[in-house]
Amino acid sequence: MLAAARCIVYRDLLLAVRRRSDVATALLFFVIVASLFPLGVGAEPNLLRAIAPGVIWVAALLSSMLSLGRLFASDYADGTLEQILLGAAPLGVVVAAKALAHWLVSGLPLVLIAPVLALQYDLPASLYGVLALSLALGTPVLSLIGAIGAALTLGLRGGGVLVSLLVLPLYVPVLIMGAGSIELAGAGLGGQGQLLLLAAMLIVAAAFAPWAIAAALRISAE
Amino acid sequence: MKWFWYASPETFYPLARRIALACGVAAAALAVAGLYVGLIVAPTDAQQGEVYRIIFIHVPAAWMSMFIYVMMAFWAALGLALNTRLSGMMARALAPTGALFTFIALWTGALWGRPTWGTYWVWDARLTSELILLFLYLGFIALQASIDDRRRSDRAGAVLAIVGVVNIPIIYYSVQWWNTLHQGASVSFTRAPSMAATMFAGMILMALAFWMYSIAVSLVRVRCIIREGG
Repeated sequence: MLAAARCIVYRDLLLAVRRRSDVATALLFFVIVASLFPLGVGAEPNLLRAIAPGVIWVAALLSSMLSLGRLFASDYADGTLEQILLGAAPLGVVVAAKALAHWLVSGLPLVLIAPVLALQYDLPASLYGVLALSLALGTPVLSLIGAIGAALTLGLRGGGVLVSLLVLPLYVPVLIMGAGSIELAGAGLGGQGQLLLLAAMLIVAAAFAPWAIAAALRISAE
Repeated sequence: MKWFWYASPETFYPLARRIALACGVAAAALAVAGLYVGLIVAPTDAQQGEVYRIIFIHVPAAWMSMFIYVMMAFWAALGLALNTRLSGMMARALAPTGALFTFIALWTGALWGRPTWGTYWVWDARLTSELILLFLYLGFIALQASIDDRRRSDRAGAVLAIVGVVNIPIIYYSVQWWNTLHQGASVSFTRAPSMAATMFAGMILMALAFWMYSIAVSLVRVRCIIREGG
């Protein structure tokens, strides 16, 4: 069971390494979106400091959603997905591994690069840790919930826009807790409560989302 | 009782017509009674004046918007578990009515908010979660509309509805915490619970009318879906 999961993660990472531009695009999107906001709302430092957590989190959310299309689409197109569905490995484990690989490729780089964006927004250095931690806890939830949407819209026309309509409302709690933890920490109140809630969401999503993803894949691929 | 006798669209079709008729008549009668009590019998509110009377539309619509989503998820889950075709059709038929009531609740809330709070919209926890509920309904409808194969469409919608219904309490509480974090809305919904008995009666009558209307309309819609060949 674990061997199957390890195999899937290794394979997806290998594919990502072979097609580096896909990974770079999502990351670049994150940086560009976050850089557009000062141009739109003005470069007043106090204002930027106030909107920074929300902007960085919304950019992360959109960037994570942008790469959802790749999650199952190529496997579906070349028939790999059917073999996975027919195979002996439990589907829940396989899709959890795929979501993990998606996070490693699209979520982890955001966690690593977010402090650079925080620099642009003049966030105090003491908040970098909270920012990175909130993203590290929150983006896997985005990958897991997003995978449900990606599985449901597999092979549909206009799937890209549709998936955003399906998953963005479900992302709301993650956004609130993620941005809230940074704001609370910035106000000197400590963001631990929100971070713990994010961790709780991650545990719940990791436990239940694979079932929903597996059910959705079976429906879409039948 | 032979529950599964009516699980077939063929046998349900004539039954749906009879129930829809009865519920439609009941909805009209209850709405007339409710509006009479609400607009004429109920006393003018001491603080808000006449404008409060929009409550007789607003509150029942908000109740129904939430209740219909739960019913939709219930039918969807039943359809996934028992593989009955009619369940998926019921979920499909309920969605537009639910979205309509969510929209009415938001719209009347905005019209009520303008004279009493001085603004159409505040980022209050209830308003925000009602807005997200509307997005969930629209996502469900959009997903079902973009899948041509009816069986796949029903089952995909079912998974989405169940994921949504699990998420609704999380969304509601997170929005509430977010709201207290921001300290934003200076107005609050918490009214004194001392409500005149006639006001309460009017609200209950309107809620029942909306309930009957929802049943009637979604059954008519189910009949259309069955005719289309489900």
